Amino acid sequence: MRIFSDANYSFIDKRRAAYLFSGVLIVVAIVAMVVNSLFIGSWQNYGVDFTGGSLIQVRFDVPVTAGGLRDALEGSAAYSITRFGDENEFTIRAPVREGEGEEAVADEIKEALAAQFGAGNLEVVRTELVGPKIGGELQRKAFMAIIFSFALTLIYLAIRFELRFGLAAVIATAHDILITLGFLALFRVEIALPTVAAILTVLGYSLNDTIVVFDRIRENLNKKGGRKENPAVLVNRSINENLPRTVLTSGTTLAVLLALLILGGAVIRDFTLVLILGVVVGTYSSIFVASPILLEIQKRFKWADSKERKKRRETAVPV
Amino acid sequence: MFKTIRGRIILIIILVAGALGYLFTNGIKYGLDLQGGMHLVLEVDDPDNTMTLEARADHIERSERIIRTRIDEFGVEEPLIQRVGQDRLIIELPGIQNPGRAKALIEANAFLEFKLVLPTARIQPALPRIDRAVVTTLGEDALREIGRVMEAPTQTLEELLFRGADTAPSVPDSVEAEALADTTGAEALADTVEASALDLRPLTALLNQGDGEGIYFVAESDVETAKSFLALPEVRRAIPRDISLQWGSDPVAISARTYRRLYVLQAEAFITGDMLENAIASRDPQFNRPVVHFELNRRGGRRFAEVTGANVGEFLAIVLDGEVMSAPVIRDRIGASGQIELSNAPMEEARDLALVLRAGALTAPLKIMEERTVGPSLGQDSIDAGILAGIVGVFLVVGIMLAYYRMAGLLALGALTVYGILVLGGLAALNATLTVPGIAGLILSVGMAVDANVLIFERIREELIAGRATRTAVDDGFGNALSAIVDANITTLIVALILFQFGTGPVRGFAVTLSIGIVASFFSALFVTRTLFLLYLSGKKTADPISI
Repeated sequence: MRIFSDANYSFIDKRRAAYLFSGVLIVVAIVAMVVNSLFIGSWQNYGVDFTGGSLIQVRFDVPVTAGGLRDALEGSAAYSITRFGDENEFTIRAPVREGEGEEAVADEIKEALAAQFGAGNLEVVRTELVGPKIGGELQRKAFMAIIFSFALTLIYLAIRFELRFGLAAVIATAHDILITLGFLALFRVEIALPTVAAILTVLGYSLNDTIVVFDRIRENLNKKGGRKENPAVLVNRSINENLPRTVLTSGTTLAVLLALLILGGAVIRDFTLVLILGVVVGTYSSIFVASPILLEIQKRFKWADSKERKKRRETAVPV
Repeated sequence: MFKTIRGRIILIIILVAGALGYLFTNGIKYGLDLQGGMHLVLEVDDPDNTMTLEARADHIERSERIIRTRIDEFGVEEPLIQRVGQDRLIIELPGIQNPGRAKALIEANAFLEFKLVLPTARIQPALPRIDRAVVTTLGEDALREIGRVMEAPTQTLEELLFRGADTAPSVPDSVEAEALADTTGAEALADTVEASALDLRPLTALLNQGDGEGIYFVAESDVETAKSFLALPEVRRAIPRDISLQWGSDPVAISARTYRRLYVLQAEAFITGDMLENAIASRDPQFNRPVVHFELNRRGGRRFAEVTGANVGEFLAIVLDGEVMSAPVIRDRIGASGQIELSNAPMEEARDLALVLRAGALTAPLKIMEERTVGPSLGQDSIDAGILAGIVGVFLVVGIMLAYYRMAGLLALGALTVYGILVLGGLAALNATLTVPGIAGLILSVGMAVDANVLIFERIREELIAGRATRTAVDDGFGNALSAIVDANITTLIVALILFQFGTGPVRGFAVTLSIGIVASFFSALFVTRTLFLLYLSGKKTADPISI
C-alpha cells in the first residue's frame, strides 16, 4: 500500500489562497485577543499559575449547578466557576486579594461551600494557591522561553541550512503559535502550566514538520541542476515528494491525540485540544506557509551564490 | 564492533538490560498531579526587603536542613526538599494524608524563648507616650472611625472589678497567678477609666486589668486593633527598650466574653531554643493535659538555674514564635528541665511541637509563595484514564504501521519497543518524576520516533521505485533520511533544553521527558531499526524483494 506516491499537486500556485486563509485566521486571532483585553481585561484566560490567586477543585456527592455554587459564594463575580469533567465536579478560581493571603481566600470558599452543601457532601480534590510574585515570574519565563527558542532555532537553521530557511521556519512557527493563542483567546481556554507545555509542544511539532519539508528542498537544491531549476517548481516538487510522509505522520499523531482526547480524562483535555489544533495548523503551515515564505524571501534575495554557499557548508556541523 | 550485526545486537541488549535494571530497582516516580500530595514553594518572609540576597540565601540553606529533619521525623515517604535559585525552597510531599498538619510543621518557626514577666506598673509610665504616638501617627479622624472599639471595654470594667478574683481560677494556665490577681488591679483600673474618658488614649482604652501581675486583658474583638497599634514603628519606639509586650497564645473566656492576654515581659530572653537538648511530648498526669517536656543543655541548664534561683516568686513566660504559651510562677530554683503546657490542644499538637523543638528553630520566618495540594483520588482517576488512552493510542500506531508497512512496520514496532524501554529506564535512572505535562513530552517524542521510521521507510520505497537493488535501497533510504531526522531532533532538543532552563515544576518535567525521549527516539530509529533491517536482510539475496 502506498498513498500519494506520485502526487503532483500544485501547492505553490495556491499560495495566494493560503495567504488569505492564514491572514483571516491571524486577524481573527488578533481581534479575539484585543477584544479580550479591552472587554474582559486580560488577553488570555490566565489561570492562577500566571495571575496568582486560589484555585479549588471540589467534588460533590449531591447534585450541584454552577449557579448554585455562585449563590453559595454570595454571587461574587470575582470567582470563576467551571465544571470539571464529571457531573458534580467544579473548579473555583479566585483572584489575588489585596491584604489577604491565598490561603485565607481558599478557606473562605471552603467554609462557604461546607455551610451551603454540608461538609460531608463535598471533597476538595485539588487546591492551588499561588502568590502574585510567582505568577508574574512565570509569565516572564514563558515569554523568555519562546523568544529564546526562536533565536536559537534561527541560528541552528542558519548554520545547517541557510539563513532564509531559518527565517521562513521561524515565521511559520510564529504563525502557528499566533493561531493557537488566538484559538485559546477565542474560546477562553484557561492558560495553566500544562497549556503552556502544550503550546511549546506545538512549537516543537511545527518546527519538526517544517524542517522535514525544508530538508527535502535543501536536498533537491543541492542535486545537479537544482539551483538552476525554477524555485517554485522545485519547492512544489519537494512538497509532493514528501507528501506520503506528511500524511502518514500527521495521521498517526492525530489518531493518538484523538484517543487521548476521548479517553484521557478531564485533566488533560484542554491540553490535548491544543495539541490537536497545533498538529493540524503545523502540518498546514509547513506546506502552505513555510515553503511559500521561503520562496518570497528568495525572490527578494535570490539563491545564495554557490561559492559562498560552499564556504558556509564547510564550516557547518557535519552530519 | 558496531559494524557487525552481532555487535549491534549486543549493544542494544546491554542498553535494554541497563534500562530494565534501573526500571526495576528505581521504579518510575509519579508526580504530584498523578499520585496526589502537596507541593510548596517557600521564601524567606521579608516584606520590607531589608535582607541582602546573601542573608536570604543563608537563611534558606539553614531552613532546608531544619525542615528536612522535621519532615524526616514526621515520616513522609520520599519527600523532595530542594533549594531553587538562591532564596527559594521547594518541598514536595507525595501521597500525604494530612496536608494541613504537614504545612503547620513546615511553617512553624519554633523559636522558643524564656522571659521574665514584669509587673504592669513597669509599662504604666510609658502608656501616655504610647497613646500619643498612636494619635499623632494615625490622626484623630482615623481613630474616631474605630471609636466603637475604644468604648467597648468600659462596659465590662465593673464586671471585671468585682468578679476578677473569682473568675481567675476558671482561667486555664494561671492557677499560680490567682493570688496576685487583684493586687495591681486598682491602679490599672483607674488608669483605664481615665483613658476612656479622655477618649484620646487609643491603646490604653483597650487594656483591661488581667489575671496576673504582668498581664492585661484585651477583648478578642479589640485584638486586631491593638495589634495594629503596637505594630506602628512610632509605637515600638515609645515602648521602653527593656520591655516587650507579647500576646498570649490562647483566648481566655470570662463569663460571656473572651479576652486575650497581653503580657509585659522583659525584652531579653534568658533562654532560647538553641539551648534545648531534647523535647518529648507526654500527658500531664494531674490534669490529663498534653505537655512537652524539655531538657536544656549544660549552658542552658546553668543559666536556667541561675535565673530561676534569683527570681523565686516571679513569673516565667514561655514564648513560642512571639506568643506566650504559659507563664507559671517560679516556685523554686529549677535545674535543666521543665515543661510547656498546652492547655486545650490535642495530643497531636504536643507531639508536633516537641518535634519542631527538637529539629530546631528556623533562623527567619518563611512565607508560602505557592501551594498545590492534589487529593489522591484525582490522581488515580488521571492515571486510569491516561493508561487507557495510552493503550488505545499504542494500538492505533501499531495498526497503522503494520497495515501500511507490513514487515518493515513490524521492525519499526520492535524499534519502538526498545525506545519505550529506554525512555522509561532513562526516567528511572535520572530519578525524574512523571507528570501530566511529562506524558505530553513522551507523546511528542513517540510521535517523532514514529516520524523518523516513516521518513526512513518512505525513502527506502522511493529508492526501490527508482529501481535500486534491495540492499542499496535500504542503505540509501537510511542515508537520505538522516539529515532530516538529525535536524528535526536537534531543533526539538534545543527547544527542550530552553524549556528546562526557564521552566519550573511541570514545564521542567515536560522538558526532561522530551529530552530523554528525543535521544531515545534518535537511537531507536537510526540504530535499532537499522539493526533489525540488517537482520531481516541477512537471510536474503541482494535482489530479493522486501516487504515494505
